[in-house]
Amino acid sequence: MFDIEGYGLLLLEGFKLTIIVGVFAMVISLLIGLVAALCKLSKFKSLKVLAEIYTTVIRGVPELVLILLVYYGGPTVIQMIASYFGKDIYVDVNPFFAGSVTIGFIYGAFATEVYRGAFMAVPKGQMEAARACGMSGLLTFRRIHLPQMWRFAIPGLGNVWMILIKATALISVIQLPELMRNADVAARATRKPFTCFFLASLLYLFLTIVSLAFQQWAEKKADRGVRRA
Amino acid sequence: MGDSSKIALKAEDIHKSFGTLEVLKGISIEAHKGDVISIIGSSGSGKSTFLRCMNLLESPSSGNIYVGNELIKLKTNRRGNVVAADRKQVDRIRTTLGMVFQHFNLWSHMTVLENVIEAPVHVLKKSKKHAVEQAMALLEKVGITERSHHFPAQLSGGQQQRAAIARALAMEPDVLLFDEPTSALDPELVGEVLKVMKDLVKEGRTMIIATHEMGFAKEASSHVIFLDQGKSEDEGSPEYIFSKPESERCRMFLSNLV
Repeated sequence: MFDIEGYGLLLLEGFKLTIIVGVFAMVISLLIGLVAALCKLSKFKSLKVLAEIYTTVIRGVPELVLILLVYYGGPTVIQMIASYFGKDIYVDVNPFFAGSVTIGFIYGAFATEVYRGAFMAVPKGQMEAARACGMSGLLTFRRIHLPQMWRFAIPGLGNVWMILIKATALISVIQLPELMRNADVAARATRKPFTCFFLASLLYLFLTIVSLAFQQWAEKKADRGVRRA
Repeated sequence: MGDSSKIALKAEDIHKSFGTLEVLKGISIEAHKGDVISIIGSSGSGKSTFLRCMNLLESPSSGNIYVGNELIKLKTNRRGNVVAADRKQVDRIRTTLGMVFQHFNLWSHMTVLENVIEAPVHVLKKSKKHAVEQAMALLEKVGITERSHHFPAQLSGGQQQRAAIARALAMEPDVLLFDEPTSALDPELVGEVLKVMKDLVKEGRTMIIATHEMGFAKEASSHVIFLDQGKSEDEGSPEYIFSKPESERCRMFLSNLV
């Protein structure tokens, strides 16, 4: 019933690349998200505005459009800028980088809001007690605010990861051989689209289940010492 | 009575407004070494706000604060708010002022012991070994040694507050500030915290306490200030305040208490 004439290996190769792209993009999201959240929470209006523009624009444009924009539009823009300075160059964008950086950049915007809520969820008294002991703002942030923030951020960030993994399927449109693309190739070659896409779905689902288990472990660890509601 | 030659903390004519609402309308205080000053008054009278101005958790809109004869430098920022002019000075001064909060504010991701050693290790740069030794002695003093490796959520309110007192003491402060330390406690647990506080009084510590516990204010303090609507309506020795205060409002306040 599930005979796909040897294309099983291709699916697994695609699965591997999906995971790599996902992890790479997630790391970028986590970093960008943290920085943007701190900008939004800072007392400097300029940083607040910048971060606000970022999250509004990115969350307002479909991921597919952004991926195509970066992959096809990116080289064009770079070439335009270069020729303005008199240099004639040809830029070829690597689909892996275009895809993962774009996805990371997009989901950084969603991660920003998760972090922002998490920082705000830590009771103010925690930081006040630290300042009252003479701990500096930076020390208080590092030792008291940041560690307690994670507990509130993990469920939301886990959610961002789930959505991000599914978004990696969009990179198939720029020919990156991740799972979705390879399932498509196998489907055409074997003329068994249902089988191929169904198997691909199972692989995505497997990844989701493993991710959930990891998230539960992370939540438990972050809940150290706190009584759960 | 305290050593009158040494002023541990002094506040002159403190005003504080939140927007258009003036909460503190010119309060002054002078705490000599060894003084135990209780600040009493109804809710909203400004007790907590005034106390929090002492270690600059709130910035006064005007007025001067001296800690051990050192003036805390303030400035008005671009938005018109009064803020600390020298953050490092404030951080340094705060290490000499211990604060105990109404809601304890123990760091929930650390054990009780870790709570008590955190500031000595990271601010005073003490060695962990030394800090732990000192912390265990303090935890024994407040009577919760058996809880030292538990998390705050696993302690009762009274135990948490005693742990918070140990944490404040770990910094070896010159003055201890208490912001309604027993107001959030069940009545049965109030006693154990008051006992620790009375021990500190006996040690000759300089303490400023915003409180509703009239028994403590009467028996343990050297000076009582009655705040009403942001002003110091009356002040004096406990004997004076609790028997024949001049201020009508003060008499009404005290008579309304059961």
